[in-house]
Amino acid sequence: MSQTAIMAGAAPETGTGTAVEPRGPRPKPFFTPRKIIIYSVLILFSFYFLFPLYVMIATSFKTMPEIRFGNIFALPQQINFDAWVRAWTSVCTGLTCEGLSPGFWNSVKITIPSTIVSIFIAAVNGYALVNWRFKGSEIFFAILIFGSFIPYQVFLYPLVMITRELRIFGTLQAVILVHTIFGMPILTLLFRNYFASLPQELFKAARVDGAGFWRIFFEIMLPMSLPIFVVALILQVTGIWNDFLFGVVFAGTQNYPMTVQLNNIVNSAQGSPEYNVNMAATVLTGLVPLIIYFVSGKLFVRGVAAGAVKG
Amino acid sequence: MQHSVSIRDLSLNFGSVKVLETLNLDIEQGEFIVLLGPSGCGKSTLLNCIAGLLDVSAGQIFIGGKNVTWMEPKDRGIGMVFQSYALYPQMTVERNLSFGLRVSGMKKDEIERRVARAAEILQIEPLLGRKPANLSGGQRQRVAIGRALVRDVDVFLFDEPLSNLDAKLRSDLRVEIKRLHQRLKNTMIYVTHDQIEALTLADRIAIMKNGVIQQLADPHTIYNKPVNLYVAGFIGSPSMNFIEGTLDGSSFTAEDGTVIPVATYDFADKAKATGKAVLGVRPEHILLGDDAAKMPYSLEVEIEIVEPMGSDTLAWTTIAGRPVTFRAASDVHLEAGQKLVVGFDPARGSFFSSETTNRL
Ligand SMILES: Nc1ncnc2c1ncn2[C@@H]1O[C@H](COP(=O)(O)OP(=O)(O)O)[C@@H](O)[C@H]1O
Ligand SMILES: [Mg+2]
Repeated sequence: MSQTAIMAGAAPETGTGTAVEPRGPRPKPFFTPRKIIIYSVLILFSFYFLFPLYVMIATSFKTMPEIRFGNIFALPQQINFDAWVRAWTSVCTGLTCEGLSPGFWNSVKITIPSTIVSIFIAAVNGYALVNWRFKGSEIFFAILIFGSFIPYQVFLYPLVMITRELRIFGTLQAVILVHTIFGMPILTLLFRNYFASLPQELFKAARVDGAGFWRIFFEIMLPMSLPIFVVALILQVTGIWNDFLFGVVFAGTQNYPMTVQLNNIVNSAQGSPEYNVNMAATVLTGLVPLIIYFVSGKLFVRGVAAGAVKG
Repeated sequence: MQHSVSIRDLSLNFGSVKVLETLNLDIEQGEFIVLLGPSGCGKSTLLNCIAGLLDVSAGQIFIGGKNVTWMEPKDRGIGMVFQSYALYPQMTVERNLSFGLRVSGMKKDEIERRVARAAEILQIEPLLGRKPANLSGGQRQRVAIGRALVRDVDVFLFDEPLSNLDAKLRSDLRVEIKRLHQRLKNTMIYVTHDQIEALTLADRIAIMKNGVIQQLADPHTIYNKPVNLYVAGFIGSPSMNFIEGTLDGSSFTAEDGTVIPVATYDFADKAKATGKAVLGVRPEHILLGDDAAKMPYSLEVEIEIVEPMGSDTLAWTTIAGRPVTFRAASDVHLEAGQKLVVGFDPARGSFFSSETTNRL
């Protein structure tokens, strides 16, 4: 009885008796040349990017003597927040010595309105360009795109004159205006392409239902556009937060954004350079784009996934 | 008699591309009109013009006797159903149905009454709380029809509403649309490239080609008396058999010399029935065996290919040097190489002038 059971369970005879009969999923060995190459390249690149970050963070927790006599790659002997506190509250940023915090709030005051205004206008632009073709809309779009290829520097002086004429030169409004203008081409392109990818019939259905320009925009288009808004948000917040040029030119001394103040700290000629404070200040300045990226990156993936289920 | 929808000399260009040219069409109250044509012939464009979603380049559109040429879509008294359903994805079915009514500022209880009625007619009451993403294709299209229904309009416009559905659902929903029309008795303009939908649904079919209506007639006339070669070839599946040759008074001589008597054929104008022509015969009008022998024209042929279709069988052979198909009942045994007598009455066929391609 048991004899026959064993016989039945045995593999069918193969020619040599040693080869495995292929059956089920194909075995996937982990160490293939392909995988080894991919992983080595990935690890190499992550070192390349993470190493400076490591040095910065490690240094910011060290004391000055430790930096002077120790190895730049060594871990701090103990975690010391003095440099961070000093960077935030009392390091000299040019004429004043109040740390980076005023710059942080300036950057917030610049970034929030610029982001909101530019994204809103670009979204309406993109929507109008796709769905409400007006006479010359193609030309309008072509000019806008062409505008994005002209280097910033060309516009700089004319914009200084314009903001001066508008009597807002050296104020927050001026930087906000400039950021909004320069965000327009790329954001409009982004939104135009996104809205063009939505089914045209949806718009037509809403027209037949009697909805007008704004109603369709707010009630039909916006709820379907979360993913592209997140993309625009990441683009604008990081771009505007990291901006140096427009801040230094248009904001005026009392409104300098964080990046300009950081530059003033790091390039300060007085005294010996406080590397730990510089490092802490740099990480602080980079923190906002980093957080935005992590938070909305997740949102972004969720948004894309939700958008994939088309109604 | 006032027409429900009248289209007068309508033209539409996209830039320099002329899609519709001086098109005229009158549709009666309560009529089910199907616009039928291959993809790209301008059916959707015409429908969008009627809906007011496209500005016409020239001409006029009347709906219910009113000139609506410059009116907004919402003021035209139309409801529209799209191929892609075009449901608002973030709204529930109930809010999809009521969106247009809410936009128009209608009273809440009236909105509820209309949504409930539409949901009842289309049997989508259990779905009212769901989002479109959680509906099947057939359910989505029902909701889309409901959205037109709640508007309580005189004219329904359908743009290939069944094309995204699978074959089974398509035939189910087709019957439902027909039932809906019988119940509501609205004017319906229905665009499709599917001739079965057109033949089964329409009171009248308008066959379009390159933005021009080729023939506007009831399905029977379209099928049996196509006005030109294009319509003849477009309608019917398997398509009509064509034999080229020359007409002279009482007979038709095919290119290979075969002579077919035409005495029984009812020419529109006997005097003009001469010269190069094309004879069209539908596969089901070619008969077999004893029936064939009684026909004005019959001959013995050899079967080349047999295609059993379930309900009947399609066979391929050669007549007058041309490949010809004919239908046989499924219980008739046919096989390749078999010889048998087939025949037809030219009176049930169609003659077209080779020169103008028009019916003779
Ligand atoms: N917005 C547009 N711009 C330019 N050409 C268009 C546009 N819409 C449609 N067309 C052209 O008009 C013709 C008719 O299109 P359409 O009415 O959609 O055809 P159908 O619905 O019969 O398939 C096509 O050749 C198409 O390329
Ligand atoms: Mg179409």
